[in-house]
Amino acid sequence: MNATIERDQNVIELQAASYSYGHTALLSDMSFSIEPGSFHFLTGPSGAGKSTLLKLLYAELLPSEGTVSLFGQSVDQMSRDQIAFLRRRIGLVHQNCDFLDHLSMTENICLPLTVAGQSARDDLDQLLAWVGLTHRADALPPQLSGGERQRAALARALIQAPEVVLADEPTGNIDWEMSQRLLTLLIELNKMGTTVLIATHDLNLIRLAKSEIAVRVLRIKDRQVQFAGSDL
Amino acid sequence: MKSIFAEIRGLLIGDTRAAMVVPPTGFTAYLTIFSTATMAFLGIFAVVMALSAGRVADRWAQELAKSATVLVTASQDQMQDAVAATVRVLETTAGVGSIRVLSDDEQRDLLVPWFGPDMPVDVLPLPQLIEVIPTSDGFDPEGLRLRLQGEAPDAILDDHGRWQKPLIRAAQRLRLFSLFCLSLIAITIIAVVTLAAKAALSANAKTIHVLRLVGATDEFVAKAFVRRFTLRAIVGAAVGVIMGIIAIMLLSNAGKAAGFLTDFGLMGINWLWPLILPLLFGLLAFFATRAAALRLLRELT
Ligand SMILES: Nc1ncnc2c1ncn2[C@@H]1O[C@H](COP(=O)(O)OP(=O)(O)O)[C@@H](O)[C@H]1O
Ligand SMILES: [Mg+2]
Repeated sequence: MNATIERDQNVIELQAASYSYGHTALLSDMSFSIEPGSFHFLTGPSGAGKSTLLKLLYAELLPSEGTVSLFGQSVDQMSRDQIAFLRRRIGLVHQNCDFLDHLSMTENICLPLTVAGQSARDDLDQLLAWVGLTHRADALPPQLSGGERQRAALARALIQAPEVVLADEPTGNIDWEMSQRLLTLLIELNKMGTTVLIATHDLNLIRLAKSEIAVRVLRIKDRQVQFAGSDL
Repeated sequence: MKSIFAEIRGLLIGDTRAAMVVPPTGFTAYLTIFSTATMAFLGIFAVVMALSAGRVADRWAQELAKSATVLVTASQDQMQDAVAATVRVLETTAGVGSIRVLSDDEQRDLLVPWFGPDMPVDVLPLPQLIEVIPTSDGFDPEGLRLRLQGEAPDAILDDHGRWQKPLIRAAQRLRLFSLFCLSLIAITIIAVVTLAAKAALSANAKTIHVLRLVGATDEFVAKAFVRRFTLRAIVGAAVGVIMGIIAIMLLSNAGKAAGFLTDFGLMGINWLWPLILPLLFGLLAFFATRAAALRLLRELT
């Protein structure tokens, strides 16, 4: 693959994309793109379709109409293996933070490496310390609190040094201090070139990010996605 | 095809990465092992039955080819001419190796078991028996019969075929039937493993979802299940085969003591079968699970 072409390409691009569960349209006619190295928030009231939109962005759902392209390739033209390889380039923090309950937290965090046939990273301890889970490394997921699960989910998303991080309410269950730390970590990653998209209804988080770096805010309103102005 | 070989190698050497991502299953695992053990038990019986039936058919067929008897019936004074005529015909028949005219003593010995030693067999108008030993190519019994009719009408060829041919046919049918049973057993194994694999995949839908989200390919997910079911089938089949062999040995020993079932059992190279059967079951389980997993995974996101 040609790296120079990749750099110019949008990481995510939607063209007149719609999604409906059954007959009722939830998201319609969305067209926007996300450039490599950018930092975006996705916001909107609960039930607006933030999680659904994110699912379109890692091909868990396919658009009912229009196209969703990731790294320059339309998802509905991809084979199942291609989608699997695509997801290795995306660090995903799922809203439910699902883990494999029979594996330890460390094994869960390393799962993206395991399925890709790679060995564990040397700086795993550092990553665990960053999300404050060093003392929980051998715990099983059911033994963890909501906040710990969310931090573990973030660690799992970051383990394979992804090009893009998609995070669905990553601070939903954690206190403000930890939220700030996680945001700082994501900002650091973004400064090193990682593209970040965070779905959240936490406006304080967005304000904090805005005070640090240039971010853009996508808002879902009336089944449409639009770029929010400076008003928020 | 290459990837399948790599996968089989991975199975034997052990790709623990893929194996650990699916939670252990406990009770249902024993059901799969139990079913494959039962099938292997029946399978080894079918194999032994097929082998034994084949052996019986071969032996009888060999004996059939080995000897025949010609009976010459004539009155006392014409007997000598009739025998001479018969011998002439036999000596000029292709496929007849040697002939032997049985002596009176030999003929009497043959009759003793039927009539007892006190019977004055000399006074009976006995037919003269001529033993015919064919060459390895054998002779054509129908052709010989026609020639005897023309040139030695007092002679009757008895090639034992009347008695043995139906028995040989029955043994051959028994062998076919056993092979048919073996195919049914193979199909059942495929069905059982497919059902068990499908149930396991459905029970692990959440696990599979998580694996897919972190970038696992279908091959990777399938591998975890394939390894498990292949090993279960091999273990189950090994247990079943061992039990089957014990049962067969007990049966054939009891049979030998009673003087029947003497051909029932494993002999010589046949002992490879108990080794082949578990591997065969493993292979069936491998392909059945793989097919079921890849088919089912395609239906999930
Ligand atoms: N699998 C589904 N089937 C049907 N409706 C769904 C499904 N998932 C979500 N929805 C509906 O779609 C709407 C948007 O859900 P979601 O994307 O989770 O919103 P948000 O993340 O913004 O809170 C909700 O009304 C929800 O009930
Ligand atoms: Mg949501």
